[in-house]
Amino acid sequence: MFDFFLLEAVINGLLFGGVLALLSLGLNLVFGVVDVVWIAYSEVVMVGMYVIYTLHVMLGWPLVFAAPMALVGSGIVGVLVHRLIIEPILDTPPINQLLATGGLLFFLQSLATLIYGSQFRNIGLSLPTLEFHELYISFARLLAFGVAVLGMAGLYLFLSRTYVGTAIRAVAQDRQVMGLMGVDTRTVYLITSAVGGALAGLAAVLLVLQQDVHPFIGLTFGPITFMICVLGGLGNLLGGFVAAFVISQVISIGSFYVSTELSYVIAFVLFIVAMFIRPEGLFHRRS
Amino acid sequence: MKRWLQLAGLAVLVAVPLLHPPLYFLHLAILVLIWGMIGTAWSCMGRFGLVSLGHGGFLGAGIYTVALLWNLYGLTPWLGIPIGIALSLLLALAIGLPAFRFRVVGHYFALITLALGEVVRLSIIAARDVTGGSLGMTPNRVQPPTDVSWYALQFADKKYFYFIALGCWLFSLWVWQRIDRSMSRAALEAISEDEVAAASLGIHVTRQKLRVTLISAALTSVGGMLLGLYNQYLNPESLAGIGISLEIVFAAIVGGMYSAPGPIIGALLTIGFREGLRTYFGVHLIGMAETIYGLLLIVFIIFMPRGIYGAIETLLRRRAAPSARPPAAPTAPRPGPATPGHG
Repeated sequence: MFDFFLLEAVINGLLFGGVLALLSLGLNLVFGVVDVVWIAYSEVVMVGMYVIYTLHVMLGWPLVFAAPMALVGSGIVGVLVHRLIIEPILDTPPINQLLATGGLLFFLQSLATLIYGSQFRNIGLSLPTLEFHELYISFARLLAFGVAVLGMAGLYLFLSRTYVGTAIRAVAQDRQVMGLMGVDTRTVYLITSAVGGALAGLAAVLLVLQQDVHPFIGLTFGPITFMICVLGGLGNLLGGFVAAFVISQVISIGSFYVSTELSYVIAFVLFIVAMFIRPEGLFHRRS
Repeated sequence: MKRWLQLAGLAVLVAVPLLHPPLYFLHLAILVLIWGMIGTAWSCMGRFGLVSLGHGGFLGAGIYTVALLWNLYGLTPWLGIPIGIALSLLLALAIGLPAFRFRVVGHYFALITLALGEVVRLSIIAARDVTGGSLGMTPNRVQPPTDVSWYALQFADKKYFYFIALGCWLFSLWVWQRIDRSMSRAALEAISEDEVAAASLGIHVTRQKLRVTLISAALTSVGGMLLGLYNQYLNPESLAGIGISLEIVFAAIVGGMYSAPGPIIGALLTIGFREGLRTYFGVHLIGMAETIYGLLLIVFIIFMPRGIYGAIETLLRRRAAPSARPPAAPTAPRPGPATPGHG
């Protein structure tokens, strides 16, 4: 039996997957190369959203100029996070780095509260909802989906076709040996963090089109972003991309049959079980 | 001498509420004791590199069980508490057994527990028909209303909760010490250094890890029940999920998770600091207190991973024995052994 609303759920899930894929892209890159979990990654996205809000709404910049600044802004945050927080403790147990960025999570949340208050802010732009034969699709999500695919492709080209990209991939494979071979791992880490931050900014541009920004917005999509990265295999960009769509379908179809919260519960439980069965991620090829 | 100091300290703690301190002060003291207990519970496993970011889940699972049984069936918390603890143990077992079996360690363990915390939080919200969802819930007042109800564990006078919290905190300290002095401690430290090597020595890795995890979960769950029963208000955001789980971890780290009094010092500092800044800044500059708090957390983890108490301890020891070689300094929280997933 053909269920029309189920189809709508599937399509929206597909588009939602685009947003999630975009969100997990930068985190995954940093994860894979620097081997650090930025627990505060979704807060870096929030910074990007606030940059757009500040420039576009408070200072009246056109959106076309404000949006690239979000990439710059969160890219700078990425560099700062690496220089000030990660670098001093790069040689300590990985869990320290995770916890230090956890401190950053509180810091950025509260700083946003301090500057902008805890109100929900939006950029006052509503994108149309597309309709195909009574099938409703959010244009913002469609856009996010497209940008996610483009971002993924762009990142792929950057990593595979450029000199710096090659260095990044090499360091991700073996950080010790590459250091010995004369690659400046410090610079590579820094560039990676900057790119990771800028990708958070890219996600911010698309999120701000469909959601209000508030200081605690990071908590709403942060956990699910980590799950996707781990599920796809840390640093496995393609795996993360696919995992984003698996999770988004679970959530979207789950919301259709039960409720939104329960569908997230299902997604998290799936994640836990998957971690037990395949700790290296779903798409890991055993060598 | 140390023994006398401890007894004197205990006498002061017992005497505090009898001196009729301001209610606000007593309120803070109760919170510090409860959070001290939760921090102690967390550090029972945290000190061995088992970093859980999902302890909020145990808080929530316990107290919501107690409150729901009380509200829906009128079951006294005295029966609800063991059931709630049992549920938390079950959760810990469900997550711990496979995690330790399949050698999920380090980052990965942290992220799995983080997912567990979210599962509990979202389940509570999803069951909004009975739990009130994000709006939270209030345990029913005992009927007929009385000021002191041991049956429902509802007290108008804060003194009662002060003593209950004090007792529970002391109990958690006792548990902490039991672990500290047991063979398990040596085994778990060996495991946190090198899991494979420890296993080859005949240490039952899964069993050792599981034991502290279960103990930690049960104690945390009791701490959550104290919070809920004391506040007489439950909210999924403040009793489960990532935010509160991280706060538990941070209080323990700031205080120092490798020493018995560390977590309560962390609780004292974080609560004292937050309240202090809140009264200082008042309604102006909302968020300032937390901003400074977050900044301090980062600084702490970078420069003082053993926490305040740990740092003081090291300093004292160095002064006491200047000629002796500096204390072996496991300056960093011990690693979860090398993370998998690079192969």
